[in-house]
Amino acid sequence: MTSTAASPTPTRPWQRWPLLGYVLRRLGTSVLLMLGVTMVTFVLTALVPGDPIAAALGEGAASNPATVAAYIEQHGLDKSIPERYLIYLTNLLQGDLGTSIKTGRPVATELATAVPATIEVALGAIIVSLAVGLTLGTIAAHRRGRATDQVLRVVSLLGLSVPTFWLAIIAYHTFFLRLGIAPGAGRLDPAFTPPPTVTGLYTVDFLLGGDPVGFFDALAHLALPVLVLSLFTIGLLTRFIRAAVLEVLDTDYVRAARAKGLPARRVIVAYVLRGASLPILTVVGVAFGVLLSGTVLVEAVYAWPGLGTYAFNSAINLDLPGVMGVGLVVGVIYLVINFAVDLLYGVLDPRVRLA
Amino acid sequence: MSVLSIRDLTIAFGRHDPVEVVSGISLDLTAGRIQGLAGESGSGKTVSAMAVLGLLPATARVGGSIRLAGTELVGMRPRRLNTIRGRRVAMVFQDPSASLHPQLTIGAQLTDHVRAHLRLKRRDAQQRAVDLLTQVRVPEPAEALRRYPHQFSGGQRQRIAIAVALACDPEVLLADEPTTALDVTVQAGILHLLRELVDDRDLAVLLVTHDLGVMSAVADEVAVMRYGQIVESGSTHDVFTDPQHAYTRTLLDSMPDAQQSLVEDDE
Repeated sequence: MTSTAASPTPTRPWQRWPLLGYVLRRLGTSVLLMLGVTMVTFVLTALVPGDPIAAALGEGAASNPATVAAYIEQHGLDKSIPERYLIYLTNLLQGDLGTSIKTGRPVATELATAVPATIEVALGAIIVSLAVGLTLGTIAAHRRGRATDQVLRVVSLLGLSVPTFWLAIIAYHTFFLRLGIAPGAGRLDPAFTPPPTVTGLYTVDFLLGGDPVGFFDALAHLALPVLVLSLFTIGLLTRFIRAAVLEVLDTDYVRAARAKGLPARRVIVAYVLRGASLPILTVVGVAFGVLLSGTVLVEAVYAWPGLGTYAFNSAINLDLPGVMGVGLVVGVIYLVINFAVDLLYGVLDPRVRLA
Repeated sequence: MSVLSIRDLTIAFGRHDPVEVVSGISLDLTAGRIQGLAGESGSGKTVSAMAVLGLLPATARVGGSIRLAGTELVGMRPRRLNTIRGRRVAMVFQDPSASLHPQLTIGAQLTDHVRAHLRLKRRDAQQRAVDLLTQVRVPEPAEALRRYPHQFSGGQRQRIAIAVALACDPEVLLADEPTTALDVTVQAGILHLLRELVDDRDLAVLLVTHDLGVMSAVADEVAVMRYGQIVESGSTHDVFTDPQHAYTRTLLDSMPDAQQSLVEDDE
């Protein structure tokens, strides 16, 4: 009645390390999607109403046909859209995202400071939300139907219902203007100079540079935007994690782990949360996207020089290279998140690696 | 001598208007013997087994007494109960594809409680796991430790689950329908293994099953449950050849090959 073990002796590299094959497959998909993102950003920008030439040259110069003709010639605007797309793609491969019409600086350079600023807030918020959401969600599931569960349900609903921009203003007013506990707007106190750029995340760069004072100043400036942004995702994660944990609590493998006499804490961490990790990971991916869109308004309130602020400024100035750059970067960020989530699926669940 | 003694066990569910699902059953498990607990779905077999390890949901109310070598288990605090669960009383569940964690390696599931209970070093626990897998006849045991449950067949998974249960040398094994989820041909192998382990290790086993064929094949004693009560009990041979209770007769009549299994058992 005994049958041999399921898998035959592996020969190829990707059979020996299933995770490697999985990563390569996912990577291939991401490259294709990336191409799609460039196409969509390019076409959408090409079709945008409004006169970018007038915006770039200003009223006076735009009324001079010779200047306009020269501008069109210089920027290749007389070529067909497919031709322009190819030029765009070629430049992109060389890291050239074009030049900002408004500032005259390369878009890539400007994004290089704006993107890390946003990533720092978003990462901080996801870490806070995950820590709080995991704790509250697990507690709520364990206390299902009891008073604690009811209270947590209301708290998470509150987090989901409060508008982020309103909360940002109220928090700024209360903690900075009234109580004076929180530092003012921006990423750093004016007395500080930004740390030498390694990652672009001030907190990390200060730590790498061995400057604890700078680190704490950056952290203090980060605190309010992060907490304000987190509230929504805390509500979101608490609810999803509660549901995911409830489902796992009712499985045989958790009963079996209890029957083995493992300490309650160990059962929760090693068995319950691991079992719930896939749905939790999915929500965290979604939450990260939510954070990115939420950051535009929060950045405005806290004068945070991030992607949201840059997108807003580019849009109102009809700075098309800037807008395209933002579109591209946001697309890439989403792709990276999805890639990371897919990758973690494979790490967390051995069954996914084969699929 | 009785290792585990259940006296007048009652189990009720619900806070306000409790429904009694087990009404005063008594059973004795003896070392080296398999005590069968038969009955149809909903008769209270499984909850009785779960009550021994205190695994029932918080809404359950347990009355009566369950003594493990004299120690009362009913009402014991979870922390103390955890020193008994898996260490002195272990459990095998119905469906091994559900009772093994799909995201943990066999090695992790086979050693975590061993290390917690017996305070073994990682290496010693691993060696013990290899020995156990050899004993339950899982092929390539050292290799198997690195694999995940989905890489094994159903029968092998149940062998692994049995190895997990036996890892800390328990005195009592509660087996809840251990063969129900398996193919008939695989069932025979698992039952054979169970009998062998009982004889080798002097285990006291409570075998819960609705399958009288399985019961007649391995159980030494049988208790028949209906509506939360034991209606008949005695040696397997007696109960199967000369059932006293009308319900037992009905159960036996509903079983196409009961007599045949019994003949095989006698040989």
